[in-house]
Amino acid sequence: MMTQYVHQPAFMTGDEVTIPTFGLLNPDGKLYGGAVEPALERHHARRIYQAMLATRVLDERMMAAQRQGRLSFYMQCTGEEAAVVGATAALNDADMIMAQYREQGALMYRGFSIDEFMNQLFGNELDYGKGRQMPIHYGSRKLHYMTISSPLATQIPQATGYAYGQKLAGQGHCTLTFFGEGAASEGDFHAALNMAAVHQVPVIFFCRNNGYAISTPAVEQYAADGIAPRAFGYLMHVIRVDGNDVLAVYEATRQAREIAVEHNQPVLIEAMSYRLAAHSSSDDPSGYRSKDEEALWRAKDPLLRLQKWLLNKQWWSEEEEVSQQETLRRDVLDTMKRAEKRSSPPLDSLISDVYADITPALQRQFDQLKRHIRRYPEAYPRGATSLDLDVGAETDSQGEA
Amino acid sequence: MATMNMLQAINNALDIAMAEDEKVICFGEDVGIFGGVFRATSHLQEKHGKARCFNTPLVEQGIIGFANGLAAQGSVPVAEIQFADYIFPAFDQIVNETAKFRYRSGDLFNVGGLTIRTPYGGGIAGGLYHSQSPEAYFTHTPGLKVVVPRNPYQAKGLLLAAIRDPDPVLFLEPKRLYRAAVGEVPEEDYQLPIGEADITKEGTDISVVGWGAQMEVIGKAVELAEEQGIACEVIDLRTLLPWDADTVVESVLKTGRLVVSHEAPLTGGFAGEVAATIQERCFLYLESPIARVTGLDTPFPLVLEKEYLPDHLKIFEAIRESVNF
Repeated sequence: MMTQYVHQPAFMTGDEVTIPTFGLLNPDGKLYGGAVEPALERHHARRIYQAMLATRVLDERMMAAQRQGRLSFYMQCTGEEAAVVGATAALNDADMIMAQYREQGALMYRGFSIDEFMNQLFGNELDYGKGRQMPIHYGSRKLHYMTISSPLATQIPQATGYAYGQKLAGQGHCTLTFFGEGAASEGDFHAALNMAAVHQVPVIFFCRNNGYAISTPAVEQYAADGIAPRAFGYLMHVIRVDGNDVLAVYEATRQAREIAVEHNQPVLIEAMSYRLAAHSSSDDPSGYRSKDEEALWRAKDPLLRLQKWLLNKQWWSEEEEVSQQETLRRDVLDTMKRAEKRSSPPLDSLISDVYADITPALQRQFDQLKRHIRRYPEAYPRGATSLDLDVGAETDSQGEA
Repeated sequence: MATMNMLQAINNALDIAMAEDEKVICFGEDVGIFGGVFRATSHLQEKHGKARCFNTPLVEQGIIGFANGLAAQGSVPVAEIQFADYIFPAFDQIVNETAKFRYRSGDLFNVGGLTIRTPYGGGIAGGLYHSQSPEAYFTHTPGLKVVVPRNPYQAKGLLLAAIRDPDPVLFLEPKRLYRAAVGEVPEEDYQLPIGEADITKEGTDISVVGWGAQMEVIGKAVELAEEQGIACEVIDLRTLLPWDADTVVESVLKTGRLVVSHEAPLTGGFAGEVAATIQERCFLYLESPIARVTGLDTPFPLVLEKEYLPDHLKIFEAIRESVNF
C-alpha cells in the first residue's frame, strides 16, 4: 500500500467507523421493511426450528436433572439457540465445527441423537469420550464436530489450522469456530485471526456476544465497540448480526461461507445475543445482574421470533408446537433413565488413549492399581465391577492362546 | 479466634493485606463485584475500591503480564487465575518473566511483590480441566516460590507471608477444601514461615510427606496405620520451592522409611525430587525403598476419578509395604 503522508498529527480511534447490525426479523417475527427473506425452503426452516426447540427442551430438562442431583454439571444454550443453529444451518453438514462449549444446538441440528447427548452427560460406557470429560463436552467425528475442550479460545487458532488443511485438501469445505466475547480476549483469538488473514484460510470466526463471561459484563471485557472492529486490524471481512434473529444469522453465515470457500478468505461474525441462563449449574447470576435486564432479553426470545415467522407462513402450527414439545420432553426423560442406568466405562479406559499405545510405565501402574482394587473392591465400586469383567476376558484370551 | 473455612481465611488475609498496604491490588477474572467464582475476593471491591480490586478481561497471559509490570513498578499485585488448569496461557509470563525478572536485570528490577493465587486439585468431579495439580511445572523454575496451604489457619498465615515475601509466590489453593476445611483462625494479622515444613504428627516408624489437600488424605491413612501399631511421622512441606529438605532428612534419619504422596502424575512429579534428595542424604539409614503414592501417568479422569486418586487406602498400603519390607 502506498504511504500517504500528512503534515499535521492525525490520531484515529476507530470511532470513524460504525458497524451496523444486520437484522431481518423484528421481535414480532415479521420482516423489517426493505429486508429480503433468505431463500430458505420449508423443510429447512422447520429443521432449524426443531433443532432450536429440541435444544431448549434438552437444556430445561437437564438443568432440572442437575438440580435433582442426577447430573454433576450442566450448561444451557438458552437464549442463543438462533445464533448457534442459524450458523450451523448455513454450513455444509460436512464443514467442521469447533465450538466452545455452549453450542449443543449445532449438534442437535446435525442429528446428534438424544441418546448420544445422554451418554456423554452421564459418562457411561457408550459415551464417545469414555467418561473422561465433564458433562456437555460433546464430540462427534461423523457429524464433524470437534470434541469440546474446557480451556477457552484454544479452539480458535486450531480452527485456522484445520481450515488451512481443508483448503489444501481442495474439497470445498470450511471450518466454523464458535467462541464468546470473553474468550475473544484470549491471546489465542488474536493469533488465530492474524494467521487466518495472512494465510488466506477458509475459516469463519463466529463470536457469540452474549453479554457476560461468567459474571463479567461485556463493558468490563472490552473498551471498543464489541468484537467486530478487530477484524479491520487483520484486513478481514466482518459482519455484525442480531444473534436472536435466526434468519439474519443464517443469511450472514451463508454469505460468509461463500467468501471463505470460494475466495479462501476468513470472516468474522459477531452475533449479538444474551445468555439467558446462568453461566453453568455452578453459577448464580443474581449476584451480578438484575432480573429486569434478564426480562428485557427474555422478551427477545429467538425461538418465539422464529416460531411467529413460521406460523405466519403456515409452516408450523400451534398443535405441532404442543405435540413436539411433549414428545421431546418424554424422549429426553426416557432416554435419561436409560443412560443413567448404563455401566461406567471399563477400568482400562483410565489408561487408554494417553498415547496411541500404552507405555510400559503406565501398564505397571495399572497392574498395581488392579491389585489394589482387588484388595479393596468395596472402596472402588466402578473399578471393581469392571475388573470382574476384565478377569473373565483375560482368562478367555489366555485360553485361546 | 474465629471459625473460618478456607475461603473465609483467604478472604480475611486479603482484606488485612489490602487494609494495611494500599499498594496491595487484587484482580483476575470475576474477582470484582462477584468476588470470584469461589468468592475468595468477596466484598474486597466494596471495601477497598474498584481501583484496587477489579475484574480483568478473560486473558490469563494478560493478567500475569499486567501483574509483572505492576509489581516491577512497586505495587503488590495479588493476581487470581480462576483455575490452575487455566494458568498455562500465562506460563510464558510466569516462567520466563516472573521467575527471571530479578536475575536478568542484576536486581535493577524485580517482581517480588507478586503473588499468584490459583485453585488446584481434584476430588470435585471436575475432570481433565478443573482438577489438575500443576505444581511440578513450576517447581522446575528457579526464581519462583511455590506455596500450598492445607487448612484455613495455614492458608491465612501463609498467604499473608506470600504477599509480603520479597520474591514472587505461586500460591496454590486446594479447592476441594475451600468450604470443606473449617477451623479456628485468629482474626488478627499473623504470618507463617515460607520455606519451612511443618511436622503435624511425630512418630518413629515411618515418615509420610505431602502438602495441600493431600494432608487430609494422609491423615486418614495414618489413622489406619496407627491402628496397626505403626507410628507415623507426618510432614506437611507447605512450601515446595524452595522446599525444606532438612526437616524431612531429620525425620527419615529417625524413621528410616518414607512415603511421599501427591495427586499429580507420578513421572516428573515433585515426589521424585523429594525421593532423590532423601536417598542422597539418608542412604545408609533407609530401611526400605522410598514410596511414591500419586496419580497415574494419565490426564485427570472423571468417571474413574476415585480409582485414579492416591486415596488413604493406597497410602496405607504403601505405609504397610514399607514397614514390612
